[in-house]
Amino acid sequence: MKNEAVKIIKAKKKYILEQWFQNQLENDGLREDLITNEDQRIQSEELINSFAASISDTNFDNFQSRDFEKIEDILSGVAISRAKRGFTPRETGAYVLSLKMALLKTLSEEIKDPVVLYTESMRINSLLDNFSMITFETFIKGREDVILRQTDEITEISTPVIKVWDGILALPIIGTLDSSRTQIVMENLLQEIVETGSSIAILDISGVPAIDTLVAQHLIKTVSATRLMGAECIISGIRPEIAQTVVHLGIDLSDVITKATLASALKTAFGMIELEVRKKATSKVL
Amino acid sequence: MIVILNKDAVSITREQDTILLRNRVKEWATKIGMGLVNQTKLITAASELVRNMLKYARGGVVNIEIVSKGRENGVRLIFIDKGPGIHDINLAMRDGYTTGRSLGLGLPGARRLVNEFEIQSVVNEGTTISITKWKNG
Repeated sequence: MKNEAVKIIKAKKKYILEQWFQNQLENDGLREDLITNEDQRIQSEELINSFAASISDTNFDNFQSRDFEKIEDILSGVAISRAKRGFTPRETGAYVLSLKMALLKTLSEEIKDPVVLYTESMRINSLLDNFSMITFETFIKGREDVILRQTDEITEISTPVIKVWDGILALPIIGTLDSSRTQIVMENLLQEIVETGSSIAILDISGVPAIDTLVAQHLIKTVSATRLMGAECIISGIRPEIAQTVVHLGIDLSDVITKATLASALKTAFGMIELEVRKKATSKVL
Repeated sequence: MIVILNKDAVSITREQDTILLRNRVKEWATKIGMGLVNQTKLITAASELVRNMLKYARGGVVNIEIVSKGRENGVRLIFIDKGPGIHDINLAMRDGYTTGRSLGLGLPGARRLVNEFEIQSVVNEGTTISITKWKNG
């Protein structure tokens, strides 16, 4: 038996597209602020065309058929671009589901026998449900890509090197120190030492949540590199719990000058370049 | 007798997952009222082990459990990977021994940071490490 639904879909392509577009207009699926009417129309037409082209009697019940690969590609493309443009999941879902509505409506107008209509509708239903699942999966993937990109951007927030005094640089490190971050920190620091001709660098780790062996190793490397440049490095911002942890881990930081606070590191730095900070002589001496 | 009160699992596949794990461990440790020093010790130990997991086994799963023994509560972390395993555990547990180019303090350091440390490893099958930190341990 030749499949009724397939025949109708192929023949009534234009009509289905009109119906679908009508549905999209009625739904919240159309976001003129995010996508133009024209673009959406082209997108929908492309999808309907390849749907009508690839559907046949043999693959109608088998959504995994290779014939549908093109449709899956189009759907994934639509879903990913929508996720990135900021469509809501509901709007993206409505896109495919409104196609289903259009198809079912067309079938109900064309097929008069209720039994045939029912079976054909069920088959369309399960096929389109699978398509909407693909859309959903790729939509989430698209959103995950956005999140991943943001994560990368956050970790890339460059660590500023601040000149706190003539010859003294400070480098506040916030967040986790991993290999790539250490590389950036080290490059910035060494470059800045050359440019400003500084002789002391203060690495402030108050904002580093935990110091494990890898972070410690990175710190030690940074300190060694600074020393090779002829500058001295002070690590400040060692909190009590960090100190205890480092001792238990067995990391030897005794070669490095460490201070609990940035203030005491600065004081040490002043001492090293033989500067003295005093109250003005005019102020009243108690 | 150790009773498990609560359970959770974090799968580790990327370096960024270590941050998620650390935050999760911190959350659970705070929940049972663990002090800041012990929290930091536990988090650091977890961070060491998870780094090893990523480096040598390219990921795995970490089970986080709140356990209770008598009147004391604690957090137990179980690191399970299907990596190459450890040939000589005694050697790996020695300070300063490393097959990578690190300080070689990760495993022995992690053992010193927690109260209970158990390691099982089968070459070519994987490694399971279980650590427990008691609230007041």
